[in-house]
Amino acid sequence: MSHTALQYLLAAIVVLPLVGAVASLLPAPPGLKGKSPEQAVLRHGVTVTGAVLALSIALAAGFDHDSPARMQATTDISWIPALNIRIHLGVDGVSLPLLVLTALLTFLCALYSYFKMPAGPSPKAFVALLLVLESGTLATFAVLDLMLFFLAFEMVLIPMYFLIARWGGEGRERAAWRFILYTLLGSVVMLLGLLLVGIKGGTFDMVALATDNGSKLSHTTQLIAVLAIGTGLAVKAPMWPLHSWLPDAHTAAPTVGSVLLAGVLLKMGTYGFVRIVLPVAPDGAHTFAPYLAAFAAVGIIYGSLVCLNLARKGAKGDLKRLIAYSSVGHMGFVLLGIATLTPTGVNGALFANIAHGLITGLLFFLVGAVKDRYGTSDLDALSGRTGAALYGKAPRLGGLLAFGAIASLGLPGLAGFWGEMLAMFGAFRPADGLSRPAFLTFMALAGLGTLLTAAYMLVVVRRVCMGGDGGSTRPQTAGTAQDAPADVRSYEFAAWTPLVALTVLAGLWPAALLGLTDPAVQQLLRGGN
Amino acid sequence: MGSLIQSVDWLAIAPPTVTAVVALVVLVADLFLPEGRKPLLGRLSVAGLLLAGLSLLPLLDGDRSTFCLTGVSDRDACSYAADHFTLVIQLLVLGGALLTALLSMSAVRDQRLPEGEFWFLLLSSAAGAALLPASRDLATLVVALEVASLPAFALVGLRRGERRSSEAALKFFLSSVTATAVTLLGVSFVYAATGTLHLTEIAEKLGHVDPRLGTLAQAGVALTLVGFAFKTAAVPFHFWVPDTYVGAPLPVAAYLSVIGKAVGFTGLILVTVVAFPSYASVWAPALAVLAALTMTAGNVAALRQRPERAHSAVRLLAWSSVGQAGYLLVPIAAAGYADDPAHAIGSTVAYALMYAAVNLGAFAVAALVARTSPQNRITDYRGLYARRPLAALAMGFFLLCLAGLPPGIIGLFAKVTVFTAAVDAGLGWLAIVMALNVVIALYYYLQWTATLFRPAEEAETAAPARVPAPLSAAIALAAVTGIALSGAPQLVLRFASQALL
Repeated sequence: MSHTALQYLLAAIVVLPLVGAVASLLPAPPGLKGKSPEQAVLRHGVTVTGAVLALSIALAAGFDHDSPARMQATTDISWIPALNIRIHLGVDGVSLPLLVLTALLTFLCALYSYFKMPAGPSPKAFVALLLVLESGTLATFAVLDLMLFFLAFEMVLIPMYFLIARWGGEGRERAAWRFILYTLLGSVVMLLGLLLVGIKGGTFDMVALATDNGSKLSHTTQLIAVLAIGTGLAVKAPMWPLHSWLPDAHTAAPTVGSVLLAGVLLKMGTYGFVRIVLPVAPDGAHTFAPYLAAFAAVGIIYGSLVCLNLARKGAKGDLKRLIAYSSVGHMGFVLLGIATLTPTGVNGALFANIAHGLITGLLFFLVGAVKDRYGTSDLDALSGRTGAALYGKAPRLGGLLAFGAIASLGLPGLAGFWGEMLAMFGAFRPADGLSRPAFLTFMALAGLGTLLTAAYMLVVVRRVCMGGDGGSTRPQTAGTAQDAPADVRSYEFAAWTPLVALTVLAGLWPAALLGLTDPAVQQLLRGGN
Repeated sequence: MGSLIQSVDWLAIAPPTVTAVVALVVLVADLFLPEGRKPLLGRLSVAGLLLAGLSLLPLLDGDRSTFCLTGVSDRDACSYAADHFTLVIQLLVLGGALLTALLSMSAVRDQRLPEGEFWFLLLSSAAGAALLPASRDLATLVVALEVASLPAFALVGLRRGERRSSEAALKFFLSSVTATAVTLLGVSFVYAATGTLHLTEIAEKLGHVDPRLGTLAQAGVALTLVGFAFKTAAVPFHFWVPDTYVGAPLPVAAYLSVIGKAVGFTGLILVTVVAFPSYASVWAPALAVLAALTMTAGNVAALRQRPERAHSAVRLLAWSSVGQAGYLLVPIAAAGYADDPAHAIGSTVAYALMYAAVNLGAFAVAALVARTSPQNRITDYRGLYARRPLAALAMGFFLLCLAGLPPGIIGLFAKVTVFTAAVDAGLGWLAIVMALNVVIALYYYLQWTATLFRPAEEAETAAPARVPAPLSAAIALAAVTGIALSGAPQLVLRFASQALL
């Protein structure tokens, strides 16, 4: 495909959701009114996200796979000369998979909401917010200017806040506040770091800065910049101990909110590390890498210990909360991979990013479905004395849940395996100058984390999917549980199948993804040329 | 020896002159108009402000000056200069006054304010404010400052029979008069030490003052600065702000929050950057500390406002305007450290333009809400989206602009220019203090924004009343300005990248 066509494709991918968001607030034109205004606007959401997905697949198809290290589909026009801010868009092997993942997950969420709109105010605002959210996330992965990156990074906050606060479950207002305040606190610090880099480096252009590879920034500047930018990104990622907004937000958010939060919003943090911190301030990154790795390792252990505790009998653990904490652990692997500063580790991190998006997205969908059926996601209430016996009552749902859990614990052959394996492999032989014994310790901790993850995931499977015959052990609190819960419905199949298929595909054919990221990562670590 | 008779460039002085002339016309016309035709005065004032705004157009080159002393020194010392700085501030003042006038049209009628007096006072104050940025000598500066402030006292106290209104006016008057007295004392000291009132000449002569007059000169500089700091409502001279805003008629509070601030800042910029650059090592750190204290005091107080208290909306806007004043001080402080001070103050100008548009917009929506809920508590904004979706969206946009969060892109980038000025000048600590303040401010702005979209507590009984056309025009004008600036921030941010003075 010609460069101009790709250029327009990428621009359209970022702008189309915004246009769609505005359009969804207007009354439907005649001919598209549908059965009711609610249905029409939800359908509008599906159409727009579907179009964006189609465009991003076209972009992926037109992408020159022989040179994924090169920025493609680039647009570079001046926007605010006073601040030297340019509208600079482009994709390479690092951002393309994330772009497609975002478009896919948002489409699936829109599709799911079309049939199962979360309880709350009008769907009009819901669709508009979802589309703004999509635009902001896609822009984060597509822009190549530090200020635009910040703008896109902030753009997702308001829609996500309202999605949680308006359509969420119990404790939603507080959770939404916590989410937005934490992220804002981090991002203001990040803004200072980005400005410092921009002023000292003489440009806000990420490609130019990556090519300089920190040569224009003094060591002190790099240290401050990495600390400031890293803090903002670490809140988003989230890195232990800055993660405490995450469990509440995930638990309170509506199903699609949790899916997008875990599936794509967290990736904005780790993407920022790879795209900005590593190439722009390599000295600073080098200094702070061991600390990042240490926090990541603690996060892995901490996340899995909390999950183990939540999965315990009588702990009143919430299933959504458990998946949220498991995200802390999984993102720990991603951060560990990045902290090794080796191509292996960073590739693993990017792979784990995508895998986590697919698997945790699927898990949140499934838990949401369980919650809809039983009216609760409390593990004790669900499983009663012996277990919820989902295998017996709703075999397909139970099977999918088991599949998600097993993929999440990193079974070889599924997507979760490669990223974590590569991240640990990177930690086995970290970049020159990093303390090898320290990283070996972190690797050992991460290995222990995988064991713990396997433990709690299997406990969850046992308690939710297996159990007695269902007759005498039926949960007391479940009002509608007199009859067996409905098994997977067709729209649920439609929303979940792509995630399952991609999880298997990425597990069996990791080269498809690694072939894209590896050349780009090599280049970023080398200094952008 | 040149001619002693000064020639007057009437075109250059048109913006303040037109405003002043229209003010007089309104005052006279008030005598002859029957009671029923009084609304005509408001329309006349709006037209006058538009005309004054149009008179900026022929001056766009920005190279005119008038009232010059010729032949006194090798350079011409002028009292009035229509350079780019002047034009931008005049645009801000006249545009702000225009929005205020639109806001006032319905308020004047609803609150039964005396029409003739109101419009005369508003226009007079605007004329003074438009004169101020052009003044290039201390006498003109002080006179312009007083022309801008004195009518404002009367405007604040215009709600006759309201105890709070007259109390507010008195508070405002006393604090402002103290500031003026201090400024005048400072100015006289400076004159005694340097023998001139022209800003550029002062800058030249302050460098080599007779050592015996050194203390006098220093005291003069310090007192002048204190006086202007007072006018900007910087800490510790900020206590009058909330009570005055609450007591004043709402459009007047809006006017004070934007044009009152702009006046103080313009004066401060002229005095520091043009007249006292040789004392930069003194005023720059002082202003930096003042900026940090002002923004912290304003934001913390705004944070502590309880939403269910009466008049909490205006009170919050008042405190937040104190906080915003702190941000506006940052580039002026940075100018003291920069090699090219004229460059740095561009950030203040750009920020002030953004702030003027969105803050007036927020006050306009507050005026709209005040029509149905005179208590104007923040809790009254619950369910505004359900009642008036467009007004709620506009209010959300204004608040997010003030907070500096997308979709308020202009607010974000205006803050970025201020941050850049601070980081550029090596004021890293000030940037960090400001970052913390931005977060505090985000908290209360966001909370208010969230309130707009929350469902109302009780079901709406009556259909919302029709919005008066001038009020909706004011909201629309502010919103369109904000949105246009968000799409093309370069429109105002270019002032941050060029030397204005």
